[in-house]
Order: sequence, then structure tokens, then C-alpha cells
Amino acid sequence: MRVVRSIARTGPGCHQGCGVLLYVEDGKLVKVEGDPRFPLSQGRLCPRCQALREVVYHPDRLKYPLKRVGERGEGKWQRITWEEATETIAQKFSEIKREYGPESVIFCSGTARDVYPYISMLADSFGSPNRVCFGPLHGNACFFPKIAIMSALFGSFAVADCAQSYPERYEHPEWQVPKCIVIWGNKPVVTSPDGFLGHWIVDCMRRGSKLIVIDPRRTWEAAHAEIWMQIRPGTDAALAMAMLKVIINENLYDEAFVQKWTYGFDELKKRVQEYPPEKAAKITWIPEEQIIAAARMYAMSKPASIQWGVALDQSKECISTLHAITALWSVTGNMDVPGGNIIKGHLFGLGIPSGQKRKTVPGEQKRKRKRIGTGKYSFLDWADMIPGEALIDQMLTDVPYPLKAAWIQGTNTFACGTADARRTYEAFKKLDFNVVVDLFMTPTAMAFADIVLPTATYPERDGIYNPVGGTNCIGVISKAIEPVGECKSDMEINLKLGKRLNPQAWPWQDVREMFDFMLKPAGVTFAELREKGYLFGSFEYKKHEKGLLRPDKKPGFNTPTGKVELYSTVLDKCGLDPLPYFEEPPESPVSTPDIVKEYPLILTTGARTAAFFHSEHRQIPSLRRMNPDPIVEINPETAEKLCIKDGDWVYIESRYGKCKQRARLNGGIHPEVVNAQHAWWFPEKPGPEPSLFGVWESNINLLLPSGWTGKSGLGYPFKAQMCRVYKVE
Amino acid sequence: MPKYGILIDYEFCVGCRACELACKQEHNRPDGEWGIYVNKVEPETVEGKIYYFPFPTDNCNLCGKRIAKGLQPACVHNCWVGVMKFGTIEQLAENMRKKPRTVLWAPH
Repeated sequence: MRVVRSIARTGPGCHQGCGVLLYVEDGKLVKVEGDPRFPLSQGRLCPRCQALREVVYHPDRLKYPLKRVGERGEGKWQRITWEEATETIAQKFSEIKREYGPESVIFCSGTARDVYPYISMLADSFGSPNRVCFGPLHGNACFFPKIAIMSALFGSFAVADCAQSYPERYEHPEWQVPKCIVIWGNKPVVTSPDGFLGHWIVDCMRRGSKLIVIDPRRTWEAAHAEIWMQIRPGTDAALAMAMLKVIINENLYDEAFVQKWTYGFDELKKRVQEYPPEKAAKITWIPEEQIIAAARMYAMSKPASIQWGVALDQSKECISTLHAITALWSVTGNMDVPGGNIIKGHLFGLGIPSGQKRKTVPGEQKRKRKRIGTGKYSFLDWADMIPGEALIDQMLTDVPYPLKAAWIQGTNTFACGTADARRTYEAFKKLDFNVVVDLFMTPTAMAFADIVLPTATYPERDGIYNPVGGTNCIGVISKAIEPVGECKSDMEINLKLGKRLNPQAWPWQDVREMFDFMLKPAGVTFAELREKGYLFGSFEYKKHEKGLLRPDKKPGFNTPTGKVELYSTVLDKCGLDPLPYFEEPPESPVSTPDIVKEYPLILTTGARTAAFFHSEHRQIPSLRRMNPDPIVEINPETAEKLCIKDGDWVYIESRYGKCKQRARLNGGIHPEVVNAQHAWWFPEKPGPEPSLFGVWESNINLLLPSGWTGKSGLGYPFKAQMCRVYKVE
Repeated sequence: MPKYGILIDYEFCVGCRACELACKQEHNRPDGEWGIYVNKVEPETVEGKIYYFPFPTDNCNLCGKRIAKGLQPACVHNCWVGVMKFGTIEQLAENMRKKPRTVLWAPH
């Protein structure tokens, strides 16, 4: 028996990298266990890695490159060699490049995790500015709005401080337990979002942290909170503004920090006067006294931190919500202090957000003019992002130029996160040539792939662990076993194709050489880092006081004014409101009372479960058993009125479409809100058209229309939409 | 008579079910067989807390082979929130005095 120390990364996908011990016997993976020596996870391991063997050795794994031999969607495939696959792709891509330009090939990823850089490198070396994330997602409504607004307001990325910056963790002398943690629009103990492990919250609670939770549902966190505010979906900005008003008007803010380090406080103070708690209570459905109590508790707890979730990216004008919440931790002096919201460390220069990094790619500025959506949203141009919805528009209309091919690596497009699922499906079907790289035959691959490439799971490959979120260490993913069949890692696949398309841009003999090159800024080789297991970057609090945030090394924040911009000069220049505000969702009991007569319930989508990562894991027996069917949660009172019993199959229907899921009655959800899971398909159902593994049966994104991207180009109301629910007869 | 047990701080169990699957992996249990099973107690109305109780079934032998090697039982080792503790019943009972909302199981 051999034990290999590694870090869990995609695939199968996951938000976080936990330390794992991979037990190998006779070349087979026999057990996966948490690595107690890895400081961020300390031996803990969630169900998805516990079931890893079932993924690696699943009989349905893609094992060989495939070429389509029937019509698209017929499910007729022929096994081909890697040479033939690479050659076919290179030839097709090159033909399209000659005829239409490199920008006519788009390069799509899902959440990508450690595969991210290699997809960007492929797009860059091919010459295409069209590197599409979340493959695609309307309003880029996941994490990107947070990255963009934090870059605009204070020039960095911040996260709740749970001692993740130090290998000693909670024992580090400078760290302080947050007296209060605000869990806003997420349930981290299930989701561990964006580099933030949910058990850190529990660790802090056991050390005395009290919770304020904002959620329409009684999550575990909500049930264990001092204050739980059961908010109306999509109204978080109104709540944040009212909390700011209480804190500012009652002089509970940090005057010294505000004076020295913020810009536009007076303008903000004036704006928040429009949101008295009484008014916010009517908007949000949260009792006025609870809003006031929460504002006081947050402001008077020193330090306090805010852990915010994807729900806050998933309203139409999410930028404003995120702006107001950033203002909350700024005016209370919780910016970059122990136990507050800390700014991510330098991490050897490896932790630079992708957008900023891409500005240094040669020829990027010239290429950018050709990028999809350029000029449509000033703020997105500033943040260096492609608008998800504009991509779909362009695929269908060929305006301003036609798109011809897609490289689709680790994303399940219309079966996963994209709104208006059918339109996205039509858009990809229209392309001349599609390549899908994945672990399994997905609805995406079945519907429109011309070539399918089988990728390796993480125990079958090497890689660099470089977290996207707020952690402060790098490490390695260590290969423990040979890949099944002829699978290759995403890195090997991209290196092979990259060398064929543009050998100068991919000068490395193998992936190890490539990793060594990428790790140079950290001063270690892949082999050395593998030996160490992980490497923490240096970390200091209050970096703005020490000149650690700006390129000119002066104290202050990396913004035009050098301050935290409560009044944003960047948003102002982009033609957006420089101050936060609340706007009703496009459909809501307030904005569209006529629609509400027929569609009386508020639908929030994308409910997460520990069993699955987005559209993955549906074919894994142990995990599917945890969540066998798509679930829509309904309050028992509401269900009774609709004659719906626990476990009934129900239709959820909006003005735009419907799907069917299974009702779960939950007394902890607001009676006027229902909460549905996303990304459902059924690997056990027929693959060929029209079924596509039953992808249209329970696809919640059939209910969500196009056209609701936020004014900034970011945000989409995945969590605030009107629907009705009725029993399937 | 039982000598060892598992102490669970159920106040902080989040019901992730990692223990169930760690046990299943360790003992190569077939689908549907459990060595430990997580039960949920959830109030029907909006008031009140949610609690989870991992319950060791009759299949649990406290990972005898692991214990002999000085390791923790698989569920304890992998517990996602670190709320499970293995030890002698005396030690664990002593721990229990310091922390309410705990449960001590002696399955074997």
C-alpha cells in the first residue's frame, strides 16, 4: 500500500482544495482520506471526495477520444487516437482562423479551478480574445461581480478572516476570533464557496463567534444564529442601506478609518438617508427592530466579518448590493484587520485575479477590441470580462462577426448554470465545430460535440494548487494512479494541442516543465513544492497602512483616490451610479403585481447540496442516494393550499417555461418563496436526442428568460423570479 | 462491557454526511448499508434549531483495525467539522462534563 499526499482539485469539480491522502494498492485507488497535516482542511473531508473512487472507476467514464459519426445528438461515436483528435481539432481551428480570424473560436470553461490558466493560455496562444467563463453564465452572476466591485472600490479582493492566511491557523498570535460573523446569502457549511471552507465558520463559532444570518431559508447557520433575518429574495441592497443608515446616524462607525481611508463618506451618508429601517422593513419583509438590532450588533462587535455568497451575485443590480455591503465592513473599520474582512496576500504574485494578469499578455490590448461584447458595458470593459448574455446573442446573430467553433472544457452549458437554457442550446448547436473535454458523456457533449476528449480525475494527474479565493497558500496535486483508459489531464491535453497550434507559446517538453515555469515567481520547482506539500505566502494585516497594496508602494488602496471609494469614481466614469441603491427585481410582488396574480411565488434557484458540484456527480451512487431527485422546497402552509404533499412531483412554472421537480416541505422557508435545485440531468436516461439524458425535464433554467442582465453587465436574477407550482397529475 | 466510545458535539454537527461515506469507504459497504447514519431533527415551524445526530449502527465496530494501528475511526478522522471524538468511555465522559449538547455512543 502506498499513500500519496495531494490536494483535491477538479475534476470532479470542487470549490476548494482540501488536503487528501490517496491510498493506492496494485496501481488502484483504494481509499481517500483527509490529510490532517494540511492546515486549511486539517484532515476533514466532505462526501464528494469520500466517494471519489466511484467517480474514478465509474463504468461510464469517457476513456478514449471520440469522433462523431452520426448527426449531432444521435449518439453515434467512433473511437479515435489522440493524434487524430489533436490533428482534426488543429486543422479545423486553423481553417476557421484563416477564414474568419482567431476570434471566431471561443474557449469556454466552467468554474475551471486549477484548469483555468491552461484554457486562458490556449485562447491566448491561438490569438482569440474570447475566453469564456462559466460557459456561459448570464450576467457572469457568480463570484465575478464580487471580484469586479471590490477591484473598483478598493483595488483588491477581501474575504472573512478565519485565520486561513497562516499555517498555524487559529493559534496564530495576531489572529482574533471575529466576535460576529455575518453569513449573507449562502450556507457555507454545505457549499464552501470560492476558496472558503465552511467548517472554518463552525471553528469560529466554537471559539465564540456569534452569527447574523440573512437568508430566505432556515439554513443550519440561520438556525444557530443570534439574529436570522428571513429576507425577501432580491432585496439585500435595501437591507444593507438601512443597516448603514443605522450605523452612520447612531455614530457606530469607525470615524478614524473613515476619515483617513475612505472617499465619499458624506455622499454615502446622504444616500443612506433614503433607506430608513421602517422603509427597508417593508421592502425586505424583515421586522424593523431586527434590522436595527443587526446593524448595532454588527457595528458594535469588534472585530466582525462578513461572509457573502453567490445569492448576492444573483440579483439584477447585484453590483449595488455588493457595493453597500463593502461599505458596511469599510465604515465599521473591519477592512483588513484580524477577524475582519481581510485583503488577500500577495501570494508570490500568483494570486493576481485573471483579468489583471491578462492585461500583460502581448497583443492583448489589440485583441481586446475584437472581444465579444466590447463597448457594450463600460464597467465590464474596465473589469476585463466578457458579458455572458452578449456571447449568446452574438452566437445566434453573427453580429458584429460570426462565431464558428467552441472549445468547451469542463462545462455543461445549457444543462448547468446558463439562464434561458434552450437559447444557449440553440446557440452552441449553430456553431460549425465543437470540442468537449470532460469526464463523462454529458448533455452538452451529446447535443453538439464533434470531438470528445476524455480528461483525467485529480488522483490521475499532477497539477498546481493555486486557490482562487481568499486563502494564502499554494501546493501541488500529486498523481497517485495511472489514468483509466487513455484519459489525459486537462494540462496535458492543452499542452499537446497548444504545441500543435503555436509551438512557440508552449515551449515545454512536458507538464512538469510547464509547472516549473509557472511556479518561478514562488522560487520553487514542482518537485520541491511536491516535497513540501504546500507553501504559505507572507501575510500582514492593515496592508494599506504599510504601502503593500499599491504599485507605487505608497500607503493607501489601489484605487484612483488611494482610498476605499464609498463613492466610486470608477462606476462614475463607467456611467453607473457611483453610490449604492436598491432596485426592485424585474419581476416581483412590487414591480409586477399583475404577473403575481398568476405567478404568486418567488422562485430562488441554484439550491446547493453537499452531494453534487453543479451538474456533476448525478451518476455517482453514494452521492445520488443523498439526493436522488431534483428538489424544490416549499413551506408546508403553501403546499397545503396547493394540495401538495411531501415527495410529490410538481411543475414549477414561470411566464417563460416550466420544469418538474420533487416537492420537499420545509417549515423553514418563507411561505411565499420556493427554492429549486439547478443543473439536473439524468445519466441513467437515454443520451441521444430528444432526451439528452432527460435534460429538459427538471432544468430550472427553462424558467429564466434572456434580457435581465444588470446595467453594469454583471448580475442576473437567478434568485428572484415569479412562478407558480402545481402537482403533476 | 464497552471500553471505547465516540463523543459527538451535536450542537455543531452540520449534517454533511461525510462520516457515513467515510465509513462506507473504509469498510467497503454495499450501497444502502450503513455503519453510521445521520439523523435530522428539524422543527416543522419556522422557530427553533436544526440538529443532526450521527448514529452508529449495529455494524459499527469502532474501526477495530484502525484503532489497533493507533488511528482514529474513519468517521472521526474525516468528520468535516471535527465534532467527533474517540476515546475511552471514562475520558469522553469527563469531556462531556465540560460541554452541553453532546452525546456519547458506545456501540460495541
